Amino acid sequence: MKALKLTVAALVASAAFAGTAAARDQVQVAGSSTVLPYAKIVAETFGETFPDFKTPVVESGGSSAGLKEFCKGVGEDTIDVANSSRKIKDSEIEACKAAGVTEIQEVKIGYDGIVFATDAGNADLALKPEHLYKALAAEVVVDGKLVANPYKKWSEVDASLPDAEIAAFIPGQKHGTREVFEEKILAEGCKEAGAQDVIKAAVSDAKEQLAKCVAVRKDGMAVDIDGDYTETLARIASNKSGIGVFGLSFYENNADKLKVATVNGVVPSTETIASGEYPVSRPLFFYVKKAHMGVVPGLKEYVEFFIDDQMIGPDSPLAEYGLVSAPDAEREEIRKAFEAGNML
Amino acid sequence: MTDLASPTVRVSTRPAETRRDIGIKRRYAAERRFRAYGISAIVLGLFFLAVLVSTVVSKGYTAFLQTTITLPIEFSEKVIDPKNERATDAKQLMTANYPLLVRDALVKQLGLDATKRPLVKQATDMISASARTQLRNIVVADPSIIGKTVPVTLLAEANIDSAFKGQIDLSVAETNRKVKDRQVAWMNELADAGILKTSFNTGIFTFGASSRPEAAGVGVALIGSLYMMLIVLVLSLPIGVAASIYLEEFAPKNRLTDLIEVNINNLAAVPSIVYGLLGLAVFINFAGMPRSAALVGGFVLTLMTLPTIIIATRAALKAVPPSIRSAALGLGASKMQTIFHHVLPLAMPGILTGTIIGLAHALGETAPLLLIGMVAFVVDFPGSPLEPSTALPVQIYMWANEAERAFVERTSGAIIILLIFLVFMNLGAILLRRRFERRW
Repeated sequence: MKALKLTVAALVASAAFAGTAAARDQVQVAGSSTVLPYAKIVAETFGETFPDFKTPVVESGGSSAGLKEFCKGVGEDTIDVANSSRKIKDSEIEACKAAGVTEIQEVKIGYDGIVFATDAGNADLALKPEHLYKALAAEVVVDGKLVANPYKKWSEVDASLPDAEIAAFIPGQKHGTREVFEEKILAEGCKEAGAQDVIKAAVSDAKEQLAKCVAVRKDGMAVDIDGDYTETLARIASNKSGIGVFGLSFYENNADKLKVATVNGVVPSTETIASGEYPVSRPLFFYVKKAHMGVVPGLKEYVEFFIDDQMIGPDSPLAEYGLVSAPDAEREEIRKAFEAGNML
Repeated sequence: MTDLASPTVRVSTRPAETRRDIGIKRRYAAERRFRAYGISAIVLGLFFLAVLVSTVVSKGYTAFLQTTITLPIEFSEKVIDPKNERATDAKQLMTANYPLLVRDALVKQLGLDATKRPLVKQATDMISASARTQLRNIVVADPSIIGKTVPVTLLAEANIDSAFKGQIDLSVAETNRKVKDRQVAWMNELADAGILKTSFNTGIFTFGASSRPEAAGVGVALIGSLYMMLIVLVLSLPIGVAASIYLEEFAPKNRLTDLIEVNINNLAAVPSIVYGLLGLAVFINFAGMPRSAALVGGFVLTLMTLPTIIIATRAALKAVPPSIRSAALGLGASKMQTIFHHVLPLAMPGILTGTIIGLAHALGETAPLLLIGMVAFVVDFPGSPLEPSTALPVQIYMWANEAERAFVERTSGAIIILLIFLVFMNLGAILLRRRFERRW
């Protein structure tokens, strides 16, 4: 027993020293939980198609966390690819540059639709950004004045909506989805409801105007969900009249439990999102370190495989899972831009 | 005497019963109440445990069953190696169109028209996409199989698996579910023919992570957890025991040792994510160790477990009666001989119990692993603790966030596996204590 323990200890110690010297032979990816399922499918298929390379490791954790790891520097102890459900921010590019990551390639993989859904047992729901704004904003306009949101039931917002208490499960601040929700729904609804003009008259600063438009009520009718869509699904299961925000792919996987709402009369589907008819969608990206290309085996091949039509095309496994493919011309452009080595 | 007389007079005025009342009834009642509280606390605890275990088991036992489809696959040379290049070009066998073999076999079995593509696609969708690698591995392992027809057991696609287990509500409109009516008909047809059936799911133990639920397993996570537990055991047991022996037996009692003791007790209560931050800063960013590796995870969990082991070991050493030490010293043993020959063996059951509880605690941790990159999708098995891997609780967490219905049962299945490990570890702790415990 003693001898065994000693040998194991020696092995661990030697492994610890060898570890700093051993080269990494595996692509490492981190970032957005929205991109994660797509990246997983690509990584797995990549590993099966290219037996010479190891299957890339895909970490979860969120767009911001992934980009932070990405911008730590260049070298084998840093990740190669950061998945992101939003565009990289200027401040993040600067942080990258300060740490020596000067060459970043941006790759768009397609679009993701954001849908509103309620329990499958409910009646059909036709939403407009205006409805959601009125139901969920912290302050709304009543008789030309900004007042704390007085609405308690959906039917008070609009007669076409159900006669049920307002309960909405929206993505929390740490999610990239929240930004899209604010931009495409709340800000839009703010405009439609005519609240923007009233706010403009009251506040002069443009940033504050927008902040007032997208401020969500805090009286418990709008619930921030910091977890994943599974949590939103569980909330809807326990509160049947609640409305939740989901990714299109998540909805499609649970279409037997959920009823999707139309937005401006358009049913969300990969077709209506690709054509731009359905208003709430966003592009998905990943970012690659050029300095790691040729150093980490399989990195270049992984990226090329990812943006190939067999992965992100209209009949690909990613599209089947719920990714909205970019139009043909745009996909061609994405590939050309990567080939040319265009950098941010 | 008059002083004494007056109380007797007073007492005699009261009835005899009250004189003897020393609160006996009240005290018995209090005791009964206290016992009732205790029993109700235990019953409540057991109730919650029963609810937890029964929900996990009722949701998760199906994860240990997997629907498979056994088809006679014709390893046709026309498909695998049409130009007969396999002797010269090794790639030929790797890149061959294996899904076509499955398609042909299924079309034949169901008697479909191979030219009707949407129909054939629906049929092939019933079989897991992992069939490609499965068939490839068969051919690569034994190329002489080409040209023969061999029955191969393939995994059914996850939605078919769920439907066959009755987890999909087929009364929902066809467009709103992943399994189509035609597929259900085929499924029943194949089941009647004995081709499609459920059997024990060994894959959940042996497969790595996968985006396809039917091909996903906790294999990589098990290996990762095993590596980490070994590292934690090998590092934290000697360090923890050495530290506590010194602190308990040799160190002078002064302000410094008091301060150390307070700090150790505090460290035992520090949230585990803090150790993750520390591990990221020290082991990965400073020492340059690889991300996502079980080695770093093991180091981080060692730091987390050390305070628990030190506290348990010190308590065990303290429980050894001083008479043992005095006797040994009196017979001429040195201090070190006293400790290693007499005190430590007597304290061993307590130390091992503390170690196992610390290990069990470390086995269930996810938070510190998040920051060092072990909450990850890892397909390849780690050959050493330096290669990327995950851990059991991480796998549970990642499956819980998946959108596919089939991952629901797998999440509970993985919880059952983790619980079984924990039960065995705690059982081991109890057995060790029973076996070696000595009472004075």
